[in-house]
Amino acid sequence: MRTTGRQLLLITILGWGVALLLFFPIFWMVLTSFKSEVAAIEVPPRLLFTPTLESYAEVQARADYLHFALNSVIVSVGGTVLALALGIPAAYAMAFHPTRRTRSTLLWMLSTKMLPSVGVLVPIYLLFRTFGLLDSRAGLVVIYALMNLPIVVWMLFTFFKEVPGEILEAGRMDGARTGAEFWHLLLPLTVPGIASTGLLSLILCWNEAFWSLNLTSSEAAPLTAFIASFSSPQGLFFAKLSAASTVAVAPILVFGWLSQRQLVRGLTFGAVK
Amino acid sequence: MSSTAIAPPAAPAAQDRSRTRSTLPLIAPSVGVLLLWMIVPLVMTLWFSFQRYNLLNPEVGGFAGFENYEFLVTDPDFWASLTNTLVLVGSVLVITVVFGTLLAVLFDQPFPGQGIARVLAISPFFVMPTVSALVWKNLMMHPIYGVLGVLARAVGMEPVDWFAEYPMAAIIIIVSWQWLPFALLILLTAVQSLDHEQKEAARMDGAGPVAQFFFITLPHLGRAISVVVMIETIFLLTVFAEIFVTTSGGPGNATTNLAFLIYARALLQFDVGGGSAGGVVAIILANIVAFFLVRSIARRLEV
Amino acid sequence: MAMRRIAIAFAAAIVAAWPMATLHAQSTLTIATVNNGDMVVMQRLSARFEQQHPAIRLRWVVLEENVLRQRVTTDIATRAGQFDIMTIGNYEVPIWARQGWLSALENLPAEYDVNDILAPVRAGISHENKLYALPFYAESAMTYYRTDLLQRAGVTMPAEPTYAQIREIAEKVTDKANQVYGLCLRGKPGWGENMGFLTPLVTAFGGQWFDAQWRPRIDTPQWRSAIGWYTDAMRQFGPPGATSNGFNENLALMAGGRCGIWIDATVAAGLLFDPKQSQVADRIGFAPMPTGEFTGGPTWLWSWNLAIPATSRQQDAARTFITWATSKEYVRMVAQENGWVAVPPGTRQSTYDSQEYQQAAPFAGFVQRAIMSANPNAQTREPRPYTGAQFVAIPEYQGIGTQVGQTIASTLTGAPVEQALRSAQSATDRAMRQAGYPK
Repeated sequence: MRTTGRQLLLITILGWGVALLLFFPIFWMVLTSFKSEVAAIEVPPRLLFTPTLESYAEVQARADYLHFALNSVIVSVGGTVLALALGIPAAYAMAFHPTRRTRSTLLWMLSTKMLPSVGVLVPIYLLFRTFGLLDSRAGLVVIYALMNLPIVVWMLFTFFKEVPGEILEAGRMDGARTGAEFWHLLLPLTVPGIASTGLLSLILCWNEAFWSLNLTSSEAAPLTAFIASFSSPQGLFFAKLSAASTVAVAPILVFGWLSQRQLVRGLTFGAVK
Repeated sequence: MSSTAIAPPAAPAAQDRSRTRSTLPLIAPSVGVLLLWMIVPLVMTLWFSFQRYNLLNPEVGGFAGFENYEFLVTDPDFWASLTNTLVLVGSVLVITVVFGTLLAVLFDQPFPGQGIARVLAISPFFVMPTVSALVWKNLMMHPIYGVLGVLARAVGMEPVDWFAEYPMAAIIIIVSWQWLPFALLILLTAVQSLDHEQKEAARMDGAGPVAQFFFITLPHLGRAISVVVMIETIFLLTVFAEIFVTTSGGPGNATTNLAFLIYARALLQFDVGGGSAGGVVAIILANIVAFFLVRSIARRLEV
Repeated sequence: MAMRRIAIAFAAAIVAAWPMATLHAQSTLTIATVNNGDMVVMQRLSARFEQQHPAIRLRWVVLEENVLRQRVTTDIATRAGQFDIMTIGNYEVPIWARQGWLSALENLPAEYDVNDILAPVRAGISHENKLYALPFYAESAMTYYRTDLLQRAGVTMPAEPTYAQIREIAEKVTDKANQVYGLCLRGKPGWGENMGFLTPLVTAFGGQWFDAQWRPRIDTPQWRSAIGWYTDAMRQFGPPGATSNGFNENLALMAGGRCGIWIDATVAAGLLFDPKQSQVADRIGFAPMPTGEFTGGPTWLWSWNLAIPATSRQQDAARTFITWATSKEYVRMVAQENGWVAVPPGTRQSTYDSQEYQQAAPFAGFVQRAIMSANPNAQTREPRPYTGAQFVAIPEYQGIGTQVGQTIASTLTGAPVEQALRSAQSATDRAMRQAGYPK
């Protein structure tokens, strides 16, 4: 499609305008994190100021960022890997060997996601206490895997569905067994889908803030708990809050930027054919 | 709609049954685990919902019958919370789908720096809900220090006191900001997969950009929109952090959704019985939603 | 071979060291606390505690107040034992002590000097004459105002203001064009936020939460006039965004020079008078909590305390820490570190006896008198079956107070007071019946 010069200019302005508008709150948060507390509440705010790292220093002095960040990485990756390990076989079976109950199973799985966590906190807390999983990374990994399993299974299901049946049929003619069929024929075809499912699950795990706050105390506490110690404290806190938020969001944001092409490629849920 | 999809090979019934059996070990772990995950807390929740059980008051106990349910359903805020839940979910869906579609078409056009602009636009999706609520509350919408207030004053207007005057709108803005990038991502992929020859042909036939959008692009996006609606509904029904951080459900009950009502009535009082009843009600409602919404969409998705 | 010998020697060394290791086992204490300024200082200074007690390691869980409260309550009520030390208020201490969830703190060392702790504070955290927590800081409530703004407006703050007078002054001081608001009060819904202010306000207007039979008394003329005063004054002279303002937000507004008058906890004095934290440190005046038509009712008393759950397996180590963090020496350490004005206030006679504190903190004697005269157990106008000045000392109050707070917050955005109180009345009635009252 050819566009005239004026159209291109309009599209460029619109595109960048929208992008900057959507990004503005994040930009402002980062900017505020480099201000002093007093400068952070100046009205009107100044765009030019002497940047300072004092908020970051203070945040680090109060809570060891790396400890929380490492926990976030471990539980997000762990939860995602476990969800994929459980989800891939199930999605495979549902996609290629569907039964009458497949559809309702899938829908039922998705509906489990609609249960508000606040309603089941106490039962889960009691279970965790009984099994000694409180404040353990393993416990969070299990919760996260289960939390994301419905979405993971559904996403994978739609990817597997897109694999042309002839390829598998050809493999079956050659006498490939289920396992071999899976490893040699299917997996290479669906790696992009699995990758983007994993990416989405990672993002959801990283940002989960209810279970991580309620089921951990110190050892296994991830970045969401780190944030909870800087939200609405006494005194001036805008700069410290911004600094803490920036470091909590930065890893997943950068990761998201780097992997967005991959994410986009896979994030179709079978919607694009 | 699906030119590449191939009907599953018709197999003799006997073979089919044996195959089903052989895939059982594959499907069993995740279905089994999910079953446990669902069943164990569900059974516990059901059990507790019929009990008088308050963590702070161990002396009180025993079978409560339907008292806990009655308490919840007769709560004047209960119906308000259902309305609020629907308003929140509905508005965010409309906003994200409409703007997501428009933005997807926009970002489909080549323009200088398109890649970077796209990356910036999808960034909000990676920000944790607590952080985005805190940033919006303190840095954007604060009537004195917030950017919006400063802008309003700069053009000589009274700053809007968002969380007092338009609390639900404020929550909708925050949640939409988080989910718009998600809609954009999926819809953009769909737009990009659109056959450009088809568009070109339409253009040749003299269809303007608006007509192209309505007669070619939009029908093509049907499935992608269904996916956006379905996934977002799942997450939006249980929005909690954004409300907890900003309005705590108020003023009054203006922003109390079902998840927050359960928190305020049960968890805050550590009324396990009441909270469990709330959980059961939420599951029932979720299944009603799933029945009407998800099923109609799922049919379109040829599940 | 050499490798193997080394390995054997290494293993032997470990085996030999094993009993030693268990003898000198480090105890690790997990401490849950609020992210208030004084607690952050405690966390920072605790490095010295670890130096003095090499066998004790500390792990901190610092959370905002609402999250912390939910977290520790769940934990202690399910006896999960995640924490060795919890930071809790004098609302929780007696209730939890009665359930047997907290360890009694008897036979404290002589040098700790229990009797140095101000008597009303001690009473607030005792159950059946035993202490169940040690106070970290304590507060009553008072009126703060900007001396310069009042002067410019040509008004003076009476020595014992009434709510009617407060309103008049607020009106004169308000200058919205310059973003100066005459009256800042808590508006954020919550039993510990807006209801913390409104419960004493209602008492001063002659109202109360429950009558002697535990029937809610919210839909009454007393509540109507109290809430009417509050809504009316706040809508005219309050800052925008009042429904989001709790203690911390108002502190920031006051310290940033945006408020003419602020009525809140005495602990704010130390922050408002500290030039490092306040832009108006030299322009702050103070007066007692305003009075209404009913005087002599229960008066505000709050303390943040360190308590040891009965489930903690490290009672001795935990006790060592909480006696350190609430000791006279700790107060002196903070004074050396951050100046006397910043010491945790309200708990110890010795703090108020200190010449340096009296010099650094012009409000010291005032606050001390306020706390010493605080009596959360006094009667409201009509007899009442419960205690507490800015809260109702029953477990159900967290939920009830928050719900009523929510309803009243809506009056700040235009909902009619009468209607709000009617719905608060019926909601409280429901919640009390659900909880099994009258008992």
